[in-house]
Amino acid sequence: MIELYLFLGFMLVAAIIATEIKDLLAAVISLGAVGFSIAIIFIFVQAPDLAIVQIVVEILTVVVFVAVILRTTHLDETIGKKLAGSQILAAVLFAGFAVLFLIVSIRALQQIPAFGHATMKVASEYIRIGLSQTGGANLVADVILDFRALDTLGEATVLFTSVIGVVALMRKTGRKK
Amino acid sequence: MKGMSAIVKSITNITIGFIFLYGVYIILHGHLTPGGGFAGGVIIAGVFVLKVLAFGVDKSAEKKSSTIASIFESIGGLLFVGVALLGLIVMGTFFLNFLPKGEPFRLLSAGIIPLCNIAIGIKVGAGLFSIFLALAAVKYIMED
Repeated sequence: MIELYLFLGFMLVAAIIATEIKDLLAAVISLGAVGFSIAIIFIFVQAPDLAIVQIVVEILTVVVFVAVILRTTHLDETIGKKLAGSQILAAVLFAGFAVLFLIVSIRALQQIPAFGHATMKVASEYIRIGLSQTGGANLVADVILDFRALDTLGEATVLFTSVIGVVALMRKTGRKK
Repeated sequence: MKGMSAIVKSITNITIGFIFLYGVYIILHGHLTPGGGFAGGVIIAGVFVLKVLAFGVDKSAEKKSSTIASIFESIGGLLFVGVALLGLIVMGTFFLNFLPKGEPFRLLSAGIIPLCNIAIGIKVGAGLFSIFLALAAVKYIMED
């Protein structure tokens, strides 16, 4: 349990560095540190499926970010500038809402089961009948591609839409000078 | 985009086949071991990203490969929906696992799950590679 808190603290520090540092390359590397810490946490809580996905996605995102940043610009000019009056107002409003949200979420989080003690009403049934009903030895694959295949179709649609969005934003044909 | 030095190119040539093979293994064994279509697809996308970064692409090759990537992404998506629709046609339920289940822990088991994994692997690999190509071509847009 203590190692989870260590990695959570490390992730918090890395995330704050990623938002506050001026060099974009260093920010991307801090973001990569956050992602790999999540992968290590997944290994600690015995979720190898998620850990594999997290590691490969994190490698790919860091590589893509670095490749793009090396081709464009290195410095984030907005950090360290003096805030305008409207920005200070927005920051104060945001802080107020954040405090309100924290108070509400503490009350809500007291209602859910403790960490590592899920209620498992539906999941226990999946674990019981998973192998005999689908024949797949990897229970995660059984759930995401058999019991909950419609969710996976929605997820695939989200990925498809985001690819279309990126390609449409970055295309050259039809772009005016 | 320019390529990298001769060292990077030769290391890429040696490792690229093994990485691709590992991605295919992760996809095909998705119903037996941790991993699956998404993780394997990202690894396969990583193979092509490595190739592009090490050897570089010119304008025409970039256009050609993004066309091929979008064709493969559409094929993957259609394959996934097609497997789901086959269940509807054969037995009357969307996403029904209509194929024989086979013996657990064998490569050919679990009905439609390996087919879905293959479809998702093709889709994710091609999709992420086309995102990379679109973002890496940002220099061409800014130059024109």
